[in-house]
Amino acid sequence: MTDRTIDDPTTDATTDATTDDPTAGPTDGADPYGVFETDAAEGTVFTAGGGDWTDIAEEAASLGEERIVVNMGPQHPSTHGVLRLILELDGETVTEARCGIGYLHTGIEKNMEFRTWTQGVTFCTRMDYLSPLYQETAYCLGVEKLLGITDEVPERASTVRVMLMELNRVSSHVVALATGGLEIGALTVMTVGFRMRERVLKLFELVTGLRMNHAFIRPGGLSQDIPPGAIDTIRDAIPDIRRDISDIEKLSNENPLVKARLVDVGYLDLAGCMALGITGPVLRSTGLPHDLRRSQPYCGYETYDFDVVTWDSSDAYGRLRIRIEEMKQSLDIVEQTLDRLQESGPGPVMIGDRKIAWPAQLAIGGDGMGNSLDHIREIMGTSMEALIHHFKLVTEGFRVPVGQVYSAVESPRGELACHLVSDGGTRPYRAHFRDPSFVNLQAVAAMCEGGQVADVIAAVASLDPVMGGVDR
Amino acid sequence: MSERTNDETSPDRAGAAGVPATTAAPAQVVGVRQGMFGTHDAGDTSGYGGLVRTIAFPAPSVRPFGGEFDELADALTVALDAEGTAFDTAVESVVVDRGEMTLTVRREHILSVCRVLRDEPDLRFELLSGVSGAHYPGETGRELHALYHLLSITNNRRVRLEVACPDADPHIPSVVEVYPTADWHERETWDFFGIQFDGHPALTRIQMPDDWPGHPQRKDYPLGGIPVEYKGATIAPPDTRRAYS
Amino acid sequence: MGIEEKLPSGLLLTSVETIAGYFRKGSLWPATFGLACCAIEMMTTGGPKYDLARFGMEVFRASPRQADLMIVAGRVSQKMAPVLRQIYDQMVEPKWVLAMGVCASSGGMFNNYAIVQGVDHIVPVDIYLPGCPPRPEMLINAILTLHDQIATTPLGVNRVAAAQAAEAAALVATPTSQMKGLLR
Repeated sequence: MTDRTIDDPTTDATTDATTDDPTAGPTDGADPYGVFETDAAEGTVFTAGGGDWTDIAEEAASLGEERIVVNMGPQHPSTHGVLRLILELDGETVTEARCGIGYLHTGIEKNMEFRTWTQGVTFCTRMDYLSPLYQETAYCLGVEKLLGITDEVPERASTVRVMLMELNRVSSHVVALATGGLEIGALTVMTVGFRMRERVLKLFELVTGLRMNHAFIRPGGLSQDIPPGAIDTIRDAIPDIRRDISDIEKLSNENPLVKARLVDVGYLDLAGCMALGITGPVLRSTGLPHDLRRSQPYCGYETYDFDVVTWDSSDAYGRLRIRIEEMKQSLDIVEQTLDRLQESGPGPVMIGDRKIAWPAQLAIGGDGMGNSLDHIREIMGTSMEALIHHFKLVTEGFRVPVGQVYSAVESPRGELACHLVSDGGTRPYRAHFRDPSFVNLQAVAAMCEGGQVADVIAAVASLDPVMGGVDR
Repeated sequence: MSERTNDETSPDRAGAAGVPATTAAPAQVVGVRQGMFGTHDAGDTSGYGGLVRTIAFPAPSVRPFGGEFDELADALTVALDAEGTAFDTAVESVVVDRGEMTLTVRREHILSVCRVLRDEPDLRFELLSGVSGAHYPGETGRELHALYHLLSITNNRRVRLEVACPDADPHIPSVVEVYPTADWHERETWDFFGIQFDGHPALTRIQMPDDWPGHPQRKDYPLGGIPVEYKGATIAPPDTRRAYS
Repeated sequence: MGIEEKLPSGLLLTSVETIAGYFRKGSLWPATFGLACCAIEMMTTGGPKYDLARFGMEVFRASPRQADLMIVAGRVSQKMAPVLRQIYDQMVEPKWVLAMGVCASSGGMFNNYAIVQGVDHIVPVDIYLPGCPPRPEMLINAILTLHDQIATTPLGVNRVAAAQAAEAAALVATPTSQMKGLLR
């Protein structure tokens, strides 16, 4: 028998009543709030004071056990952004877990319908803000497929794209590990991780000009070439990044606390992943080596030497190990790209077709980054066509033939794809992004129901959702 | 080479090797574009103001499609026959364009087609990447489209299914029982386009607040937005500004 | 505190303002309200390289009841707006709001149906920080400017007078869209 006391302090009269049949009210028109007694019997005993105790007892009895609905978020320190988790708890056990999303919905897809194809890059880059270069690449590959110029994108541009994407994979995985560590209490992993991320962001700033949300990859190539000396700077930074990765490994791989928190937590086997459409490290943690860079390569990935990292435990620990190993693989790929860039020497980074190629080459001037003076000299002084092209491409944009495409890349969270529909104009007719976090979050219910509350946080952290991508 | 009747001036180079022959008449005329520089009043002195262009999507392809698309279509035909449905009853048209195959499926058959695509050994499209929507107000009777992108990991193939339904009767059977991942995707498509998926366990809004009126990504829903105030001027929101297309 | 309400304007009130301002700015605890990309830059600012702890602000309180400063970092969607207001209401006076990034300041690049065009539609903002996202150094600059603002906040009768003066000035000021001739 369970005793529960419900006190209503607003009334003076406290009446004690015990009943095993909460639906039996007082008889014979007596005071509905008064005491009435029945034989105490087996079952839950509710002691209610004051207030509408009939209703309280009724509700408590109908609930059966101690079930509470807990709402975590949308403002919560450990829900990876504005994710709302609605959990029904039975003590410490989660009986039902649901996600509430949409708190970061920005209407990016509709906004892209009112901007030119090149301006779309600046919008899509802000969806999944931890891996902006992947969105840019997926979008630009889609536009290039619609234009039919996939083979004409210069090799140097593809190599730099691969380099930037793999560096982005490193910075994204490290945020996943750092915030995951923060949530289970491993604060040093957070500080080491963010220090490491700073090294990568410095490299991004060197190449693209911005730390995040770069808008660097444009349809047809890149917005500008890598600055002189960048190859050496990046190469010099890689050993430091590797050392930081090994620091994180030493802190977490064999740590008994980390293992206790992550082993057998967030279990989702292959059948579950397939049914829920999960891709990325979560799918690879089941043992299936599915990686779009290997199976449907883009940007020349078939020519790079890297391993597809899998684990076989289908739990959060496996995903941790996969992410760490993928970071190492990414750095290997970055080194290969640097070798190629050095070998091939300077070259174009934008396609040769002047009707599509983004006209300007940017440079750092006295007041920041802008059109280089050489370019200004050319369009204002030398070539009328260049001026006209510059004007038309920047204001109107290029026209893309009618059709629809679906271009997918392997982002740090899974398959990130862009479905583009063109009606022959200068603006996308419809741009839809299949974001991996949106799909992966559906697994929360499967992973968490039946487990403990604390495991919910570890499981969501192992899914690595980024709410910007989920809500778009 | 291109059988499309759109006459946009951009480079006409989408024909890769092996692009299949197409039928003569273009399918899916989605609209008409008039004029050239986006002005529709008396401001256009370029002389191109009277230009009228139809926007037509790539025409349906005929056999042979080229490459592995034929195998896919054959396997699908066989599997549908085994169920008692003819290929042409279930699939309205096949478009092979830019290396991708789009099957336009009639809405009453979408569930059986999905089941067959998932279960047949030659097809084995295990993963539904996503369900999204598109709104073509110019295509009367078929305004709302739902697009299903499928990936086969075993056979390393992709295919797209497109289902159209009219605005007056925006119902499409839900594929959640075949691909549970479609749950949130269909909720999002309902939220943004108003397509009701019959048989969905809980078709509610997912991105917009629960009591939001309207379906934002439809073409007749405004972008919203306010005029932006600068020192000395205001700039109108993007959807009321001039467009060049 | 109560004491500042009772003091007349003068040397004593000024001293109370100075002391209260110094202590308030010295240990300003932010509430975690990271929404989107700016949240990542905010986390980085709390990280080892751009250390916010040296300004007394390392402790990002999860509970708004223990926080002084709400850094609205990221785009606020229509669905999130009531939550934002609720968190703001749960904070105890004195409280300040820093709108980090252009999306929080004015809606940013997302001028559409889904985003609130500036959180000052919902909560009173003390300092706006543009950027997409603003660099950690920019965030620290904004926080330090806010610190200066807090350190010199008038209290009591001085505050009432300052508010009235600000309102009178705003009523006669030129609206932004009428400020012409500035390029000369």
